[in-house]
Amino acid sequence: MYRYDSIDQQIIDERVAQYRDQIARHLAGDLSTDELRPLRLQNGLYIQRHGPMLRIAIPYGMLAATQLRKLAEISQRYDRGVGHFTTRQNMQLNWPQLEQTPAILGELARVEMHAVQTSGNCIRNITTDQFAGVAPDELTDPRPYCELLRQWSTFHPEFAFLPRKFKIAVNAAATDRAVIRAHDIGLELLRDEGGEIGVRIFVGGGLGRTPILGKVIREFLPRRHLLSYLEAILRVYNRYGRRDNMYKARIKILVQALGIDDFRRQVEAEWAHLKDGPTTVPDTEFARIAAHFAPPAWENLPAVDELHAARVAGDLAFANWVRRCVHPHRTPGYAAVTLSLKAPGAAPGDISDTQMLVVADLADRFSFGELRVTHEQNVVLADVRLRDLHEVWQIARRHRLATANIGLLTDIICCPGGDLCALANARSVPIADAVNEKFDDLDYLFDIGDISLNISGCMNSCGHHHVANIGILGVDKNDEEWYQITVGGQQGNAAAIGKVIGPSFHAHEVPLVIEALVTVYVEQRLPSERFIDTLQRVGIEPFKARAYAGRDRRRGARQENREVVNV
Amino acid sequence: MSERIIRKQEIVDDPWQVLRLTSGESAETVPLPAGPVLLPLAVWLARRDEALRRYEQPGVWLDSDEGPEMLADDCRRFAVIGINFPKFTDGRGYSSARLLRERYHYAGEIRAIGDVLQDQLFLMQRCGIDAYAVRADKDIEQALAGLRAFSENYQAAADQPLPLFRRRAKHAA
Ligand code: HEM
Ligand code: SF4
Repeated sequence: MYRYDSIDQQIIDERVAQYRDQIARHLAGDLSTDELRPLRLQNGLYIQRHGPMLRIAIPYGMLAATQLRKLAEISQRYDRGVGHFTTRQNMQLNWPQLEQTPAILGELARVEMHAVQTSGNCIRNITTDQFAGVAPDELTDPRPYCELLRQWSTFHPEFAFLPRKFKIAVNAAATDRAVIRAHDIGLELLRDEGGEIGVRIFVGGGLGRTPILGKVIREFLPRRHLLSYLEAILRVYNRYGRRDNMYKARIKILVQALGIDDFRRQVEAEWAHLKDGPTTVPDTEFARIAAHFAPPAWENLPAVDELHAARVAGDLAFANWVRRCVHPHRTPGYAAVTLSLKAPGAAPGDISDTQMLVVADLADRFSFGELRVTHEQNVVLADVRLRDLHEVWQIARRHRLATANIGLLTDIICCPGGDLCALANARSVPIADAVNEKFDDLDYLFDIGDISLNISGCMNSCGHHHVANIGILGVDKNDEEWYQITVGGQQGNAAAIGKVIGPSFHAHEVPLVIEALVTVYVEQRLPSERFIDTLQRVGIEPFKARAYAGRDRRRGARQENREVVNV
Repeated sequence: MSERIIRKQEIVDDPWQVLRLTSGESAETVPLPAGPVLLPLAVWLARRDEALRRYEQPGVWLDSDEGPEMLADDCRRFAVIGINFPKFTDGRGYSSARLLRERYHYAGEIRAIGDVLQDQLFLMQRCGIDAYAVRADKDIEQALAGLRAFSENYQAAADQPLPLFRRRAKHAA
């Protein structure tokens, strides 16, 4: 993975000093609360329901074992021994003290980490495929591009105070695992007929209260122009994006208002001045960064490992785990492993300090000392030998990291919700718990198969509910927690925004509704159809009908539905 | 009347006034004060010839929703162009400054006015702003430190024509 040189390190050290000074000036009364707010947000510090929350950057999800150990240590010393992985591949600490945050950032800088631009109206952490560099369906490793973008966006002087936050995701594989069309800019790496690598650029995607999928602004841009073209997009957005209304300030609203063609025209006019300037990226720079992501020293192994095959044949529990949590690798004899942070009863995405240490050790012993955070809030060991899988599984299992549910109904993406987040309308973790209780039979979960269920505690959509097959959104009605259900959302190449099925439900109804939706699928599916396929074939009506059937016998049927957001 | 501002890296006394239209005043009729003065863009556009006769060294300021293209080739006439930051979180002025320097090749002074605070000075400097009318209630001596926040940068900008990756390559060569 990318290692800092002395300049990268110096920039991060200077950032820590700058932040320490800002906090000191704030505590001395020289920097007001309002003046500090955007500054601390650009260092990942929110003030939440119970006090500060610190969001630590994990650039494009890559972590070294030593870095994860440092996170474990920090969570012990400065927090409550638990971290939360987010859909943007970052880590949140929920209980730090404001006065201690400079010390935390100082500790992070010692392992080449920081909290730069994890919040605020600036370019945020770049995200990508968790299987980057090992996926068999990959055109090229997206991480050098992400790192190039990380450096370019770090303290970009022109774009530190954009109208609103700005999120960029990169995909380089046949299957999009980075939800690129739900981002302000989505980049898809491609090769043209001449073999040159370039990008297809999507712009104006985003979730939040107005979910929109990104539109193509450029079908193919040679990679050397990437930064100058993004600079043109950002400049047009910085100058003309709305600043009068926070809810209309994302680039998606500007693109929608102008129309993609007019927006493109403006960007191209701006780019005409920037094209071929000094920000054009030479091949040597791509090569310099790519060298950091050179494949680890994979051994020459046979594609089939007899011992592994025998263990799979002999142990159903292990076989189940392999089926759901082990993924193909481009190198014979290796696999990628997802360690599930979705054990029943655990808050999705939460990882304890002990688990962090265990994962760090697993990475050191079995995966070249590196790991990745997924936007589905799990952890990946990317380079495990097939013959080691059994041992990895046994260790992971002892620490509740081996629930065989990746891609299944209980692999829930879930925001912190009302338990921690000051913006929440409703809690989300208890809903995840309730779904887990209702679906506690692994055989049934396997039978239901691939499905996504995501939960957000309010329409900010941190839990990606819009792009889930079944989405759950917390809404507040007279201080009671209600939940609106959407179906038909998808991530990946066929990304789609889910549709609201009707009036919202009371918390206690939610597991029953999920059960009803799943039952319709099980009854109506054709062989090999996934939930989403059946839904697309038979339409939303049977699902809707079952979800509301007999509802008046349950508590509190509701007709009116003010909070429908994605109309 | 003079005011203390930061110019380049120093605190200096400065005679320029900023004319701001109050409600009820119009660009067409507002009396032009004795110079040196930064005129609102609307006044400049409405009374360009009069201003050129009146001031040996004209000055103008752009609000955050006013781009440098509205001055275009005229910009070379100004000794000082102000860029107003109505709120320090309004980042449009950074683009305006870069455009003035990098597209219109304006070489005179660009002065940040309005909600100008220590923690934005570094960014402003990178975008080509070289004078800073720090908000009056702030300690300008303390603010000066803001210009030295970082000793190296990744991007090309008005202060540094080459991005770090072009300079790194040179280091290695
Ligand atoms: C607890 C503290 C958090 C706060 C205060 C917060 C705040 C927000 C806000 C205000 C938005 C809406 C922005 C907009 O629509 O312009 C948003 C969106 C989002 N947040 Fe969070 N968030 C928090 C935690 C998280 C977590 C834990 C995750 C990951 C699980 C996350 C990931 C996202 C994502 C993916 C979006 C949607 C991006 C989009 O609109 O395109 N956030 N957040
Ligand atoms: S979706 Fe809403 S409740 Fe959940 S973390 Fe985001 S802002 Fe908080």
